[in-house]
Amino acid sequence: MGKLNIVQAINQALAQEMEKDPDVIIIGEDVAKDGGVFRVTQGLLDKFGPERVIDTPLAELGIIGTAVGLAAYGMKPVAEIQFMGFTYAGLEQLFSHASRIRSRSRGAFSCPMVVRTPYGIGIKPPELHSESSEALFAHMPGLKVVIPSNPYNAKGLLVSAIRDPDPVLFMEASRLYRSIKSDVPEELYSIPLGKANIYQEGSEITVVAWGTMLHRAAEASEDFDCEIIDLQTIRPFDEETVVNSVKKTGRLVVVHEAPRVCGFGAEVAALVAEEAFGYLKAPVVRVAAPDAVVPMARLEDHYMPSQEMIKKAYQKVMQY
Amino acid sequence: MTGRGLAGRLSHMPKTIIERSETSFLQVINEKGDSDESLMPPVGEAGFRRFFETMLLARSFNHRALSLQREGRIGTYASIWGQEAAQIGSALAFSEDDWLFPSFRESGVLVARGYPMWMLYRYWAGDERGMSAPGFNIFPMSVPVGTQVPHAAGAAWAMKLKGHKKAAAVYFGDGGSSKGDFHEGLNFAGVFKAPCVFLCQNNQWAISVPRARQTAAKTIAQKGYAYGMEGIQVDGNDIAAVYKVVKEAAEKARSGGGPTLIECFTYRLDDHTTADDASRYRTDEEVEEWKAKEPLIRLRLYMEKKGWWTKEYEEAEAKKAQEAVDADIKKAEAYSAPDPADIIKYTYKDLTGRQKKELKEFGWGS
Ligand SMILES: Cc1ncc(C[n+]2csc(CCOP(=O)(O)OP(=O)(O)O)c2C)c(N)n1
Ligand SMILES: [Mg+2]
Repeated sequence: MGKLNIVQAINQALAQEMEKDPDVIIIGEDVAKDGGVFRVTQGLLDKFGPERVIDTPLAELGIIGTAVGLAAYGMKPVAEIQFMGFTYAGLEQLFSHASRIRSRSRGAFSCPMVVRTPYGIGIKPPELHSESSEALFAHMPGLKVVIPSNPYNAKGLLVSAIRDPDPVLFMEASRLYRSIKSDVPEELYSIPLGKANIYQEGSEITVVAWGTMLHRAAEASEDFDCEIIDLQTIRPFDEETVVNSVKKTGRLVVVHEAPRVCGFGAEVAALVAEEAFGYLKAPVVRVAAPDAVVPMARLEDHYMPSQEMIKKAYQKVMQY
Repeated sequence: MTGRGLAGRLSHMPKTIIERSETSFLQVINEKGDSDESLMPPVGEAGFRRFFETMLLARSFNHRALSLQREGRIGTYASIWGQEAAQIGSALAFSEDDWLFPSFRESGVLVARGYPMWMLYRYWAGDERGMSAPGFNIFPMSVPVGTQVPHAAGAAWAMKLKGHKKAAAVYFGDGGSSKGDFHEGLNFAGVFKAPCVFLCQNNQWAISVPRARQTAAKTIAQKGYAYGMEGIQVDGNDIAAVYKVVKEAAEKARSGGGPTLIECFTYRLDDHTTADDASRYRTDEEVEEWKAKEPLIRLRLYMEKKGWWTKEYEEAEAKKAQEAVDADIKKAEAYSAPDPADIIKYTYKDLTGRQKKELKEFGWGS
């Protein structure tokens, strides 16, 4: 057991899975000698050599598209896309192929591959380095979407993602990479995909969040009796845990960094309306970014849901 | 040998040669400042002074941007050090009617075109308004690598459809040449014979990935031939050569001759951006070798030989450049803070119903 940050925890998960399974390889831009722009793959080139930790040409479509072929043939590619905004170049490969091969071939072929990518506001970068587009990916049947919130679940979830028989998009909050440390067991362990974690038990408000916003939602909850659910996997998500909690609390607040319109909060809210309507004591509230493009550094703090906005939402459901 | 060797040739060699393509390299002024005057573009002393003074200005802009970043006064910045000849030589070769499509590493191009430096500093400080200068036929810098290539092909196509005698030009890197966007953009421009100039600054690196990892081909220039256009490699540290080739390509485009791919062979002397540490992946020796070949030294040597350069001239011009840059930094920093409502306001031409509610909800409404 050691205190690790998320960068170190993911690095450890990669190293241990690579040791265990010779088919696991890392591909991407700057992942080898540079160790990734966030240093997540640092040291892996030295450990596993240039046949398994591979700098590719600068082409996200090529990276994801070849990962489909690599995976179909029996390798287990873990592709790093440098920032979430650059996955867009590879969408056709993800949406038209990776997520559909199993269905298209009625099970004859599959794509057990992982696409890792940093997401969200966090590093005051140029444009397109702060995207939170989980809902876009969660909408595609056949693709799994995982978002860890701390070093412990980052390691366990990544191990599951690598071993998963289907393609997984693994989103890492750039803001959290080095900002939290927690105990991470040295040995390999896995956390099942599709299961939420009850981050904090409570009885009056069910709060659903993931990644960066989980922490903000928790910090804002001091004066409230919140049950905070860390979704961990966005697709497929743990409907049972959410519905059961709402049945207990009668109130739901969903918090996410992405714009509200068609954000994943809409899915959570709709599910609760369908399955726990009779238990609701207040309308569901979503706290999210506005219906607009993520701004650059100067305005990004205004865009990201603030603690005050989250507190207001808690008050709103309590006072209804 | 990977890729390039003959060992991998198919044994059934074709009997008929369909087409041969040659890729040439152009240099006008060498590293010692010696020139081949038969190739020299006819810009004369005034032209060279303009090259030199614009280079000093761009260098000063760049130098200050790096120090502002260190002081936390702007955000992550991509340096142009080493690429000034490629950027300024090309920018000055276009006419103001031509449209330019820059990547994020084109401060030199924008400065050469007279784009307000204070707005560039605003942009790099994370303020979108820095890209909103009216009256410049310059698209906002493109951050996703290579994605701007088809835009230029499209704009050039539009010029042709409208019968305008102009050219569109797009700037991208060696890394950008690996993107599908590059190939599709060139292909469209080739098929529609669009008046487009594709300008690759091959600075040998895409962050930590060397040029050899982008393509197994010998040059990037030769890729033009597969799309039915001429490709040429030019010494990207030789401003005379860059200017000459770009000027000809732009004129060819405007007069209906179709697109050209130009590879400026140059070098990124700084880290990739201020967020990078290049010592992790490349040697000091390599950098030192290229430092000796950097574009300003060569230009100075040539102008000195011609009697167009003196120490006093350079000092006076450098001082002017610095003063211009200082004034623009002042202006940039005195500028109003951006209004949070701007986040929403420019999503569509008109606000949506949802956005009107959000302006109130977020407390940004007026
Ligand atoms: C589509 C895309 N992928 C990745 C990145 C991150 N990134 C920014 S610059 C860069 C390298 C670009 O290399 P090159 O095209 O040679 O241009 P240079 O930086 O050398 O000017 C990378 C990988 C990006 N901005 N866009
Ligand atoms: Mg480059």
